[in-house]
Amino acid sequence: MTTEEQSQKLFDSDDEIAWCPGCGNFAILTAIKTALFELNKRPEEILMVSGIGQAAKLPHYIRTNGFNGLHGRALPPAVAAKIVNPELTVIVHSGDGDTYGEGGNHFIHNIRRNVDIAHFVHDNQIYALTKGQASPTTALGQVTGIQTKGNLDQPLNPIMLALAAGASFVARGFTGHQEHLINLMKEAISHPGYALIDILQPCVSFNKVNTHRWYADRVYELPKEYDTGNLSQALEQALEWGEKIPIGIFYREEKPTFSDHLVWLADRPPLVDRVWEPRDAEKFMKELE
Amino acid sequence: MDFNILVGGAAGQGVDTVAKVLELILKKQGVEVFSHKDYMSRVRGGHNFHQIRFADRPLYSHREDLDVLIALDATTVKVHSSQLSAQSVLIADESYRTEISAGKALWLPLKEKAVEAGTKLTEGTVAVGAVLRLFDFDFAKVWPVLQSLFKVEIFEVNRRALELGYTLTEPQFKLEFTESQPKIMVTGNQAIGLGALAAGVSFYSGYPMTPSTGIMSYLASKMEEAGIVVEQAEDEIAAINMAIGASYAGARAMTATSGGGFCLMVEGLGLAAMTETPLVIAEIQRPGPVTGFPTRTEQGDLAFVLTASQGEFPRMIIALRDPEDAFYQTFRAFNLADKFQIPVILLGDQYLGDYYQTIPPFDFSGLTIERALAGEEVWKQTEHYQRYKLTENGISPRLVPGRCGTQVVLADSDEHTEDGHITEAADVRVAMTNKRMQRLEQLREEVQEPWVVGQTDPEIVLLAWGSSAGPVREAIELLEEDYSIGALIFGDIYPLPTKLLKDLKPNVTMLINVEQNATGQLAALIRQEALIACTHSILRYDGRPMSGQYISDRVKEVISK
Repeated sequence: MTTEEQSQKLFDSDDEIAWCPGCGNFAILTAIKTALFELNKRPEEILMVSGIGQAAKLPHYIRTNGFNGLHGRALPPAVAAKIVNPELTVIVHSGDGDTYGEGGNHFIHNIRRNVDIAHFVHDNQIYALTKGQASPTTALGQVTGIQTKGNLDQPLNPIMLALAAGASFVARGFTGHQEHLINLMKEAISHPGYALIDILQPCVSFNKVNTHRWYADRVYELPKEYDTGNLSQALEQALEWGEKIPIGIFYREEKPTFSDHLVWLADRPPLVDRVWEPRDAEKFMKELE
Repeated sequence: MDFNILVGGAAGQGVDTVAKVLELILKKQGVEVFSHKDYMSRVRGGHNFHQIRFADRPLYSHREDLDVLIALDATTVKVHSSQLSAQSVLIADESYRTEISAGKALWLPLKEKAVEAGTKLTEGTVAVGAVLRLFDFDFAKVWPVLQSLFKVEIFEVNRRALELGYTLTEPQFKLEFTESQPKIMVTGNQAIGLGALAAGVSFYSGYPMTPSTGIMSYLASKMEEAGIVVEQAEDEIAAINMAIGASYAGARAMTATSGGGFCLMVEGLGLAAMTETPLVIAEIQRPGPVTGFPTRTEQGDLAFVLTASQGEFPRMIIALRDPEDAFYQTFRAFNLADKFQIPVILLGDQYLGDYYQTIPPFDFSGLTIERALAGEEVWKQTEHYQRYKLTENGISPRLVPGRCGTQVVLADSDEHTEDGHITEAADVRVAMTNKRMQRLEQLREEVQEPWVVGQTDPEIVLLAWGSSAGPVREAIELLEEDYSIGALIFGDIYPLPTKLLKDLKPNVTMLINVEQNATGQLAALIRQEALIACTHSILRYDGRPMSGQYISDRVKEVISK
């Protein structure tokens, strides 16, 4: 069996996939299974968390622990689960609308929290589950069923936003560069701290502008000599979008994670294994005497 | 012996400090204390006050008539001198001198003595000294309290201020009390926090909102010693979703807020229910809608929490009646949430959250943590674990991800199969809805009947819930000599326990709901659940708590009509 076959077998879910044929999500699903397999992860060590959207169905299509929560709210339960059980490899899969629209506030503040999770945003620049409305990354002027006169709002730049908010790992991938994407995923999962990959993917049903061809013609991989430790250069690089679209790791930095700051827990078991009796709290009552 | 002292002034004048000093000194003397705080939503200026009541018997409520009024500004004299009677004493700086209608005014050189002590900031401490002399307090017991409250740098100056104040008055009141049992002095919010700690809460996420913030600050102060995480979320939506994630991952988790924050949490409430993730939420009410009265009290959110979120699912709502009840019920809430895999909502309010009461120490010996998690027998003997397995009682064995061998745990907010996968099948929908709702019937067996206060088989029955418990109890004490009267005071409020309601005797002539809201939300729930209609209502919704005297007066009005 090839690596891919082995990984598909280990992480295979018996759930029927409800994505459209040709959807970019299939490539992401294959990539994540392969990345996890190559990292020697076991299904029970992994927690996949998602919100709502086409991307957010992914936890159903992979055999790992899963928490498919609310639209826009994938990050809060994900970081909390990681804090409670740091042994879990926690990965968030959610879409551009889920992450940057409904969940924008959690996106910004969980970058600040820097909990050790990986966040893979399936960015097809459209709302797909609700059948084709503008997302926060849809181009200005793009016509949809609701943006009938063209999208009136300029798209946000997730890479720039993540960098500005202080993310410790910021990358962009593309479903058409599978090997590259698998490597990005492995780097992101291994990175200590919050790691974002904005993954460009075509929506074959609802985005007739940003097609596979459209991306494939523009995307290029950041060269080997690109310095991933230079924030101002990364910000500059993040501005590039249009004729040419860079993919790869824009920036990475090792800095203390949320758990590193919990020094009072350092010598204690993870919260999930906490041993506690009611009487252990009795000492706090003495202060009220 | 039953005395009532009011200390009032502008925010930033040290009213809180004066109250704290008095509360602690009184408690150390061994008397029972009930101290209630009335404050404005501002950091400086305005008008804030504490009413510190103390007696030689347990106190359940504040009262309005005063024995001593300490006025740190002219507004306090103006607003509160009507609460004075012939025997009361007013203490204020001589610069506020004015005519008062009743009582003895002592216009004292408080400001001058404060400066003499070392700083004008000690005006309040000078006033405390004057009050201690009025009651002829034992000074030996005062110093340790002062030492525990003031940092070394400011202890000396406050000691001088207290002594100078002590010389300004003469004994006026007689203290009578006997040696008492050991006591703790605690607010409702602290009791909720301590109850949660006892229950083993290890993850708390919240967003600051008055009057619930006291719970979060209390837990945050114990974070290191207890070995827990208290995280301030970016908003209430994150707060509840984090708590749910923590609970899914195996921690006992909690969040708290007030009504406005709970509005934002509502979708999360449904998520906890749909994913069958145990969760404890404290909702500390204040008058709404929206910003309303940020620092004041109301029982206006019962109808809201009863039906909050779309769809139908089981939930448990417990109204907290006093700090002691708050401790034990918070502990119980965690066990119930785990046992039934449901959200449990604790309803408090600003009054209960903020008042200090002396009560007997909590008994930890009878408390047992019951996690109700499935063990190895489940994950070792099943080939394929199903998080939402259909069982006879509707409760699926619950495993924690990463702690069940090679099994995986899948939770889903969509309607789901037993595996936790998304489904749109009609029969699964019915089976899963029945599975969830089945627990509501089990909760009906679990609920505790209301407290019964007053006479047996009374003709007049008051119906109350939550923090009105203390004031209603005092009202009954005031009324029961002249009337055949009793009360049912609800703690468990949903599912509504109905046995005692249905057992009410035909001789009941008046059934009066006593609530801090405008529409009688408990009465409505009782009509819905027990098909019993109240004959009269006593409702207060001006943001101020009801005292025993207030309720007693209103009951008399109702009777005489």
